[in-house]
Amino acid sequence: MNILELKDVSMLYGQVMALQNISLSVASGEWVAIMGASGSGKTTLMNIVGCMNKATRGTVTLDGENISRLDGRDLTAIRRDKIGLIFQQFHLISYLTAVENVMIAQYYHSMADEQETLRALKRVGLTHRAGHLPRQLSGGEQQRLCIARALINYPRLILADEPTGNLDESNQNTVLDIFHQLHAEGSTIIVVTHSPEVAAHAQRVVSLEFGRLVSDVPAQRFH
Amino acid sequence: MTRQAMFRRIVLSSLIRRRSRMLVALLAVLIGTTVFLGMGAVYYDIPRQMGREFRSYGANLVLVAAGGGSVLKLEEARRAIALLPVDKVVGATPFRYETMYYNKQGLTVVGTDFSAVRKTSPYWRVQGEWPQKDDEILIGADIAEHTRLYAGSFIALEVSPPKGRKIKKEMKISGVVHSGGAEDGFVLMPLAGMETLLGAGGTAAVVEISIAAASEEIAAFSAAIQAKTPGLTPRLVKRIADSETTVLSRLQALIFMVTGIVLFLTLICVGTTMLTVVMERRGEIGLKKALGADNKAIIFEFIGEGVVLALAGWLPGLVSGYFFAQMVSVSVFSREVDLPFFLVPLTLCASLAVTITASLLPAAAAVDVEPALVLGGE
Repeated sequence: MNILELKDVSMLYGQVMALQNISLSVASGEWVAIMGASGSGKTTLMNIVGCMNKATRGTVTLDGENISRLDGRDLTAIRRDKIGLIFQQFHLISYLTAVENVMIAQYYHSMADEQETLRALKRVGLTHRAGHLPRQLSGGEQQRLCIARALINYPRLILADEPTGNLDESNQNTVLDIFHQLHAEGSTIIVVTHSPEVAAHAQRVVSLEFGRLVSDVPAQRFH
Repeated sequence: MTRQAMFRRIVLSSLIRRRSRMLVALLAVLIGTTVFLGMGAVYYDIPRQMGREFRSYGANLVLVAAGGGSVLKLEEARRAIALLPVDKVVGATPFRYETMYYNKQGLTVVGTDFSAVRKTSPYWRVQGEWPQKDDEILIGADIAEHTRLYAGSFIALEVSPPKGRKIKKEMKISGVVHSGGAEDGFVLMPLAGMETLLGAGGTAAVVEISIAAASEEIAAFSAAIQAKTPGLTPRLVKRIADSETTVLSRLQALIFMVTGIVLFLTLICVGTTMLTVVMERRGEIGLKKALGADNKAIIFEFIGEGVVLALAGWLPGLVSGYFFAQMVSVSVFSREVDLPFFLVPLTLCASLAVTITASLLPAAAAVDVEPALVLGGE
């Protein structure tokens, strides 16, 4: 069963066509990498799938619901209930501790549960850093915290935008290991990346060029 | 953890862990609260403070005999004074006028109570001593100049009592009075001494009363006296009472304006700080929206920060406001101010109104933040 379906999705910014007639399906439990050079439309695609932007044309169906024409309020609800976001710059709240940074996602979703949050931190190896502020964490730890936050509400889809872009090799491997665990547990993951090495961990690699989908192949063939 | 508990945690963490930025806003609230409370206390206390101050200008209520009579009974005047609130009566002085002669020259001699005169006419300046005995007198500055008498001299006054033969009495001049008014042309002696001399007592021509109250209040007292003591006619000294009211209302208007301006500046300062905060926190707001926060949640967080700022500035502002009020009152009026309790919750309401209003514009700006734009990407 497909958790995500895009049909003829286009995005126009003024005179610039950021995405042109993208059609794409992602099955539940699948790990897909989206690759492309800067300006290829990866982030635009991520923003549309992540309900942070609406496509100019085409339909987007997420978990069986057409989200193409939903208003901002409904998109916020979809984002809150069904999507876990992981960012290259981590985007942690500077004045909240690690445990609070995860709990805030629970708070906006339903109810903050500190014990559950601590279990999520344990899963990414950050129990001992629960009371630390983001500035007291290393880049790798911040990204793991970002992952814990993305997972805390059991999202139907995990969207990761260059999740290893700011990490050294060791931390990159740690993050990819966590993705492998999540995938093994049945999570659906879409990773936007520049790195062929990161993309190779996915099952499928979708390539974009100038807003067009130019290839959609299994990761082995991409290699 | 309940939603309220998490909300408190977010708001408090935002303020406490970003204190360098919020300190400016907190300082603005603190100053606003201090000025509001301090000036509010002074504003409220001004009539009392200035009322006492104005009493140095002399009596503002005069009792005379009803029906155009020239003599009133002191017993009746005492009953009238008993109708007035004790804490507002600064003093009441009887004046009895008689004509006496010195070297066959007629002089107006005023019998009065000197201890009371000092309260109702504190502007009198006495060169020498105030009379201590019944045969000691004051002479007005004009008489002193005319007769070349001075403090320590003796003066022989002749008087014809209503019953009996002409009497000549030598009195000691204890001092020379300078009032700048009619008293400079009078001889002033103790009322008791005058009564002994003339053999008739318990009366006066007029009783001057000094009351620390606004003209409307004095008018009300006057009406009460009129109603309950028919032998007397109370007269408001409008020249003094109206001047007091005018000065008071202008002073209160000035304080009102200054307080309003300070509150407005506080609003601007807190509002600007909060707006700057929103600009700085666009990424954070975008993230919260990306995590699923709706506009209401974001607005509540900003208003929550405003409320905590108001509370945090209000508490120390109460203390500093109290000391500010005392400082202003002592330096301007030379006495301490009474802080009315209702100003405490009123100051809190003002702080809340300012910070919440100042938070609304930034909150509206926060609602417009697009997560996709501020979170960026490639």
